[in-house]
Amino acid sequence: MPATLFLPAVLAKFADAKQLSSHGATVGEIVEDVVQRFPGLGARLRDDAGNPYPYVTFYLNDEDIRFQSGFATPVGDGDEVTVVPAIAGG
Amino acid sequence: MATTLSQDEILRYSRHLILPDVGLAGQEKLKAASILLVGAGGLGSPLALYLAAAGVGHLGLVDFDVVDLTNLQRQILHGTKDVGRSKLASARERIADINPHVRVTTFETTLDSSNALDIIRGFDVVVDGTDNFPTRYLVNDACVLLGKPNVYGSIFRFEGQASVFATADGPCYRCLFPEPPPPGMVPSCAEGGVLGVLPGLVGTIQATEAIKLILGIGKTLVGRLLLIDALTAEFRTVKLRKNPACPACGTREITALIDYDQFCGITNASKETDFSLPEITPRELAERLEAGTVDLIDVREPHEWEIGRIPGARLIPLGTLAGALSSLDPAREIVVQCKSGVRSARAVRQLQAAGFRRVSNLAGGILRWSDDVDSSVPKY
Repeated sequence: MPATLFLPAVLAKFADAKQLSSHGATVGEIVEDVVQRFPGLGARLRDDAGNPYPYVTFYLNDEDIRFQSGFATPVGDGDEVTVVPAIAGG
Repeated sequence: MATTLSQDEILRYSRHLILPDVGLAGQEKLKAASILLVGAGGLGSPLALYLAAAGVGHLGLVDFDVVDLTNLQRQILHGTKDVGRSKLASARERIADINPHVRVTTFETTLDSSNALDIIRGFDVVVDGTDNFPTRYLVNDACVLLGKPNVYGSIFRFEGQASVFATADGPCYRCLFPEPPPPGMVPSCAEGGVLGVLPGLVGTIQATEAIKLILGIGKTLVGRLLLIDALTAEFRTVKLRKNPACPACGTREITALIDYDQFCGITNASKETDFSLPEITPRELAERLEAGTVDLIDVREPHEWEIGRIPGARLIPLGTLAGALSSLDPAREIVVQCKSGVRSARAVRQLQAAGFRRVSNLAGGILRWSDDVDSSVPKY
């Protein structure tokens, strides 16, 4: 399914874009599709085992995927995946 | 019953008193309320200014820092005359000028596990304007333990986040981020920069939420995370859910404050001096550059290089170092340098891992070079 991945500034530099079109049936596949194209993002988006980090939250549309099926959460046509990493500046 | 507001206050708060959702009763609530601001920096500045102006009766401020010239680009609570002064002394003076009816309590200390509960206990609402992960988890846990709402805001470069945590039924910071990133993974504003008006945007949102909590009006950010992108002028909210497994607000396994530096992976070694990392002082470097016995690598970004550089340095931004290894001569002595020595320490590690043996870090970076060797190189 075609979906859009939104990256925050701290990650966008690895893809030279804040917004990426991506294909995949699940959030995990969307992430892997993007990582294939921008390997620099890989270690920033998921751990060595391919799981999300506790300090990088993924939203499918506006719902946290941790409260769905994590990276196995199915993605529909035109869905939006937003990556929200922890930042601490004040 | 007679109002608690004086005639002077009634005139001062006129625009609130005629506002249907505030009115006399709301203004009296604000006067009776107390808000603790953790941090009197970027976020704390607009917070202190607006909450004082709005007539919040008691403001507490926690900070241990002194005003630095680099703060003034965004920390509008402080002025040029305040450089070198304690932030709290400067804040107290400014708040008294804005609204003498506000009582100010200052805590000139680092908020830590030994004092957080005692400090926070005396306030109705806590606003998190800190600049580091350990204090954010500390503020969160203390607020959950004490049942105090925690108005959260965080900024980086052009982006911000805001929410309200630790209300009776709402999620907490740990529901959003169960664990912090490893040290060094997320650059600080001092390393990555921040748009000066961004803490103004996010801090005023926090001030608005704090006032709504006290007045009991509107719909607060409880259960929602506001994401702000100043560069694209986009604001969006995503849903935050209370995590039943959250050790703070869910299972309530956390019954006392912990060691937050340890929780965030900050060891004494990484905080102070990493003894295993070879270092060179700016003066030693100057001698060796003069003698031509060393190659100097600057791992900062090109926009920092434009501000100023050490003569003879070669620019290889940290992110591109891996691709440039083959262009370095392992037989030569290599010194790596950045702004203050943090990124170059990572570069030294990277070079060591790649087999370079004669590599050292410039202690204090270009900032200390400017202090010790050549003051014509600008500090930033």
